[in-house]
Amino acid sequence: MEKKVKIYSTPTCPYCIRAKQFLKDNQVIFEDVDVSMNQAAADEMIGKSGQMGVPVLDINGEIIVGFDKERIQQTLGI
Amino acid sequence: MYDLIIIGAGPAGITAAIYAARKKINTLIVTKDIGGQAAWSGDIENYTGYQFISGPELVGKFQEHISKYGVELKENIEAEELKRINNLVWVKTKKGEYEAETAIIASGKKSKELGVPGEKEFKNKGVTYCATCDGPLFAEKEVAVIGGGNSALDAALQLARIAKHAYIINIASDFSADAVMREKIKNYKNITIMNNSRVIAILGDKMVNSIKISSAGTEKLISVRGVFVEIGLTPNSEFAKGVEKNRLNEIKINSYNQTNIPGVFAAGDVTDVPEKQIIIAAGEGAKAALSASGFLNLH
Repeated sequence: MEKKVKIYSTPTCPYCIRAKQFLKDNQVIFEDVDVSMNQAAADEMIGKSGQMGVPVLDINGEIIVGFDKERIQQTLGI
Repeated sequence: MYDLIIIGAGPAGITAAIYAARKKINTLIVTKDIGGQAAWSGDIENYTGYQFISGPELVGKFQEHISKYGVELKENIEAEELKRINNLVWVKTKKGEYEAETAIIASGKKSKELGVPGEKEFKNKGVTYCATCDGPLFAEKEVAVIGGGNSALDAALQLARIAKHAYIINIASDFSADAVMREKIKNYKNITIMNNSRVIAILGDKMVNSIKISSAGTEKLISVRGVFVEIGLTPNSEFAKGVEKNRLNEIKINSYNQTNIPGVFAAGDVTDVPEKQIIIAAGEGAKAALSASGFLNLH
């Protein structure tokens, strides 16, 4: 089954850019949420991750804080 | 066993790797991240060949360039120890130990911490070291910027545009930032400057809700949701224990990028080279690789 991937990001954070590039390189389809433009989404991200740093990835409910390549690979099985 | 281990993949480390690869030196890069401080830079207008490029874009170019040479690169690894044993350089990391004939330390600098209670506990929970990255999360909130130099005032300017109010907490009696920055700060009504003030604690529940400051002998609480620490940089040189450093903990090198340990070279912001610039770090990386190559030819 295709996993649902959501990334909370800001346009200026380099790790957000790298994380999104990594997902694209691996043909992973994801929803990109710009938390700088959307307060409700920012609150949702803070609620899920218990912190305010970006990026935050939500992969089928598993929360990964930061561009943790190994954990992203493991979680996605890529 | 490698000919060369490069620690760090910022402008110095990546350039060193390109030069090493072209000399067919068997190289390993171990690094915490790619691009180092350059990746966090906003607008770069002084890197030859680019009239204007953003930090992440320039780092993308660096990465593209190095990937052409197929150099082995291990990311998310921090060096914990480096020493010379039996005529080899030995590097210990959390994920393994590596040996090589030579090493180039290009581990750069990181943000200085305040060292006050609550700072570690609330890191990423209101405490941040990158206004460019995390600033947008504090829209319409009250924030504090700690520091009085260019980076502090730059952060305050970025934040004043989005936050409800920004306090600048400066330990000195005046800013050390450039006149242009001071002038710009004056245009913002939602910035409060607090000179002669020191942060003594960061407080909160799940997230930051206030800071305690000491100002002219009195203590007070300021209600803020974000604390942006901009008090300068410190070299990532602690792991290189036997390597000689200056009083700022920068690694001492000669004009050939040699340290006091044979076969161990260093380049870029982690060294005592005058001026910390992307282009200087890149040039120093090239020099260090050529020196390492010369060392390998002789030994």
